[in-house]
Amino acid sequence: MNKREGTDVLEDIRFSHEEIRRYGRHLIMPEVALEGQKKLKAASVLLIGAGGLGSPLALYLSAAGIGKIGIVDFDVVDQSNLQRQILHSTADVGKPKLESARERILAMNSNVKVETYPTLLSSDNALEILKDYDVVVDGTDNFPTRYLVNDACVLLKKPNVYGSIFRFEGQASVFYAEEGPCYRCLYSEPPPPGLVPSCAEGGVLGVLPGIVGTIQATETVKLILGVGKPLIGRLLLFDALEMKFRELKLRKNPDCPICGDHPTIHELIDYEAFCGVAPQNHNGEDQSAFDISVVELKRRLDNGDDVFVLDVREPHEYEIVNLGGHMIPLNDLPERVHELDSSRDIVVHCHHGPRSARAVGFLRQMGFKKVKNLAGGIDQWAVRVDPSLPRY
Amino acid sequence: MGVKVMIPTPLRAYTDRKDSVVVDGATVGELLDRLTVNYATLKKHLYSDDGKLRNFVNVYVNDEDIRYLQHEQTKVSEKDVVSIIPSIAGGGVE
Repeated sequence: MNKREGTDVLEDIRFSHEEIRRYGRHLIMPEVALEGQKKLKAASVLLIGAGGLGSPLALYLSAAGIGKIGIVDFDVVDQSNLQRQILHSTADVGKPKLESARERILAMNSNVKVETYPTLLSSDNALEILKDYDVVVDGTDNFPTRYLVNDACVLLKKPNVYGSIFRFEGQASVFYAEEGPCYRCLYSEPPPPGLVPSCAEGGVLGVLPGIVGTIQATETVKLILGVGKPLIGRLLLFDALEMKFRELKLRKNPDCPICGDHPTIHELIDYEAFCGVAPQNHNGEDQSAFDISVVELKRRLDNGDDVFVLDVREPHEYEIVNLGGHMIPLNDLPERVHELDSSRDIVVHCHHGPRSARAVGFLRQMGFKKVKNLAGGIDQWAVRVDPSLPRY
Repeated sequence: MGVKVMIPTPLRAYTDRKDSVVVDGATVGELLDRLTVNYATLKKHLYSDDGKLRNFVNVYVNDEDIRYLQHEQTKVSEKDVVSIIPSIAGGGVE
């Protein structure tokens, strides 16, 4: 963040009367004052993800008068985002998230320069995108991108303002290898796929990203102003059910493969391979080696073929919508496998496919030879076969 | 002697949804052994097949990481709170 500290840069920063009035409540605080507001205007912040965490981040950082905000996202707004992604509204469904993000930011504060990157952050583009920013804020939803953002920030010597959420629980920290630990010091490796559920599977309280994203925004502003005590070396845990904050100490790991005493990682790696996941795809194909499409299942059922439909979702999901299949939640499958007849054709489904793909892998290991995974799950069924069903 | 072990949300599916469990033990290793005996399905989430604590699971005694204490030999008493902190990736983007 050395660029900002050059006073000559700040001397060139001017404010219009409109801006003086807009930032008045900052300017009268000695911790910010005119100099601090100039630092904010001279600063650039890159948001990775315009989702649950990115929403409050984009809104508060633009309101605070950050000079340039970059956003990386390749997704379009889905109805199921609206419960928590307050950057996007009902009318934005189907539009790229970057489009609604830009509109909202400029409506909030047209003094902000908005830079958008409609791409999946990857080892090929990360350094190029991140290098021009002072602070990087990680609001992604998957392990490959989290490790990629961490490593790119360590290599570029930039602070990485971290936030993560699950159900009612959130984590926040500032990973800044120049002054403290990085994400790999905390967790040297990601969990193998399937062991930890994602938000799409586990759900998330809509206000939770509002709280965690706002904490990230606070840390970002503090880093830029150079005031207070940042979350460097501390992991903040928030439990919304208990309404409790706790704090754990984070230490720089001397054996850290990227920021330790003898680093073994000197450039970006293949993060999807590192995390053991297949490259992201969004067409619901090839979730398992034994996929069956929703259209094919429909054809077989219409044909009167003997197909046993197994639903590995949870009872409360079954209540929302179901295909009338036999329900055994994925976690109970090992104990209840005797309920299944391995001589019959079995098609397993869940909400989107990942859980049923795991169930198929497990059943194949158990000797089931005629078991298949419904690619895209009940959601694809609702899209392509039976639009009368609700999607969640 | 009972020591409180805080269970994080993603692992509560394996502890009958309990957010904390009191178990007996004089060291972190003993507590976790007892915990995974009481809740057998929890074991594969905490330990790899070779019996080592998984890299994406950190264990804290109060606010200190056991990797910077005496690892699983770290001594605990009734006054301590042990926390299991797994990595979570969610950003609410999906």
